[in-house]
Amino acid sequence: MKKKAQGQRELLLQGNEAVVEGTLRAGCRFFAGYPITPATEISEILSVRLPQVDGTFIQMEDEIASLGAVIGASLAGVKAMTATSGPGFSLMQENLGFAVIAEIPCVVVNVMRGGPSTGLPTFPSQGDVMQARWGTHGDHPIIVLCASTVRECYELTIEAFNLSEKFRNPVILLVDEVVAHMREKVVLPEEVEVFDRVKPTVPPEWYIPYEDTPRGVPAMANFGEGYRYHVTGLTHDIRGFPTSRPDEIGPFMARLHRKISQHFSEIQKAEFFQTEDAELTVVAYGCVARSAKRAVREARERGIKAGLLKLVTIWPFMRAAVERLLQTSKTLLVPEMNMGQISREVKRVNRGVAKVYTFNKVDGTIITPEEILNRMLEVS
Amino acid sequence: MPEITKIIHKYLRHDKKFPHVWCPGCGIGIMLGALIRAIDRIGYEKDEVVLVSGIGCSGRLPVYVDFNTLHTTHGRALTFATGVKLAKPSLKVIVIMGDGDAMAIGGNHFIHAARRNIDVAAIILNNSVYGMTGGQYSPTTPYGMRSTTTVYTSIEQAFKISELAVTAGAVFVGRGTVYHAKLLDSLMEKAFLKQGFSVVEVMAHCHTQYGRQNRLGSAVEMMEWQRDHAVSVEKAAKMKPEELSDKVIIGVLVDKELPVYQEEYGKIRERAKGEAGSRSSQAIQGSRSKEER
Repeated sequence: MKKKAQGQRELLLQGNEAVVEGTLRAGCRFFAGYPITPATEISEILSVRLPQVDGTFIQMEDEIASLGAVIGASLAGVKAMTATSGPGFSLMQENLGFAVIAEIPCVVVNVMRGGPSTGLPTFPSQGDVMQARWGTHGDHPIIVLCASTVRECYELTIEAFNLSEKFRNPVILLVDEVVAHMREKVVLPEEVEVFDRVKPTVPPEWYIPYEDTPRGVPAMANFGEGYRYHVTGLTHDIRGFPTSRPDEIGPFMARLHRKISQHFSEIQKAEFFQTEDAELTVVAYGCVARSAKRAVREARERGIKAGLLKLVTIWPFMRAAVERLLQTSKTLLVPEMNMGQISREVKRVNRGVAKVYTFNKVDGTIITPEEILNRMLEVS
Repeated sequence: MPEITKIIHKYLRHDKKFPHVWCPGCGIGIMLGALIRAIDRIGYEKDEVVLVSGIGCSGRLPVYVDFNTLHTTHGRALTFATGVKLAKPSLKVIVIMGDGDAMAIGGNHFIHAARRNIDVAAIILNNSVYGMTGGQYSPTTPYGMRSTTTVYTSIEQAFKISELAVTAGAVFVGRGTVYHAKLLDSLMEKAFLKQGFSVVEVMAHCHTQYGRQNRLGSAVEMMEWQRDHAVSVEKAAKMKPEELSDKVIIGVLVDKELPVYQEEYGKIRERAKGEAGSRSSQAIQGSRSKEER
């Protein structure tokens, strides 16, 4: 992301407020949502801000309707998003799958709270990591980002829109309740990179809406711009019409996955902190990564060669980043505010090379630096 | 080729999309014809029409016509249509649903779209059955009728779609049958031209599933039933409730004026811009700058 020193805005922001700033900066002009703690601030503030910039805010009858309206708006050419928490995210899975198969760019922010079901509405959790990956049915590609700071709430919201427009895929931004409601000083850059979907340049009669391309991402025509085509949740041929032919279904599914899998380098982001010589590396994300960073510093002070891999992109899982750790690390520690969701991925990539330990907390409180440090001392 | 067929051919997608999925004798074709003739008479450009549908036999309709077409998830067509219309109000948005689609899984979306008065036209094909999945009972299957999931007969009361639409606040509600094709033409035209949420309930037969299981005869016989049991709104006004018990009232049930959502939201935008600089809205924005602190 390009940054510029002059003209920066220095603000005291809550994570949810930073999401709003990022939303507007990314050019989003449509929001449909349903009230839910702890994501409600995003709705409330956008209901004030969007009409000021000729955008549209609407409160729908539920979260299913919210994502439906978002997809409709995106098809009409307006960048669109919704924000919710666990119970609402469960309802959105149906239309999330539609956005995947019809390749409609949109952003879903999930401010995670404790679950399952109504769970812990005001308490933090990281319990939706696997739901974000596999919540909707069928084999599908997905991009999921996770913010650990208020500044990242801003940056990753913009990044979520950019990735969704670039790859014509829904992008999910996971925010822990802690980060969403925490206030921090943030310097918002004046200049950011904003990507808009690629539109067709061919005459309408030549336009093939789901054509395979080297990038795997077909150009997208907005409704009402002269390119009349069919959009469906049924498996379709390159013209968008439903198909039951194996020779059309196979290539379609292959392209749908390839458009993400061949662009890992453009999608995946992580932070390596003191990992060069680390023998014990912590793999963390969201607010836990911040506790982990302090724990790593303190471990270093005690003479332990410790490091931190902070995952910014959660899905597609950053296999290469974990493999890089395995060059030096004999031990990996994965602290999470769930019963162990990303640790399973780490173990899968590790394949017995290093020892992988977990630290799981699901009592509605955050994981502290001391807790991580104690676990590090235990396993080192 | 007769003139009426020429009009329909002008709007069909001829590349690859035929034969269609509907059974011979199905009423959907008559509804599609009425829809196309209404659009042709009004003179909408193909580019400005968005046809949205849900799931089921009716859900397959948009694929055959040359507009911007959107085949969504089951029951959710109105939510997608809401997004399209609010994002680009210049588009003419028409939604096709079935009775299961609009009344069961999408019932909540239906009453809320009506309440909001979003400017879309909702066409509901009511054949009292889930046809595509093989003939299960729907929210409009009458009491005492059979289906593959009510083999001992249905013990539930049926929804009255048009009456529900009136109560939920739709500004235009019309009901027709596929037998009364000319009435259907005019109801569709009125619904498309109406500003706000307009509903046309199309009573249709499903002789393949509902008709066969209830021994109602062929498509022709079921259409004759429509002919014999339909009563116009004007005539019904002079009839006693007991005389109307087995009748279907057809015609315009409601045609009224209420503020349309997009126009009201336009006013909200003006107010929001006017208040954008004021201190009160700064406080709501929550993003206080360092200087202000």
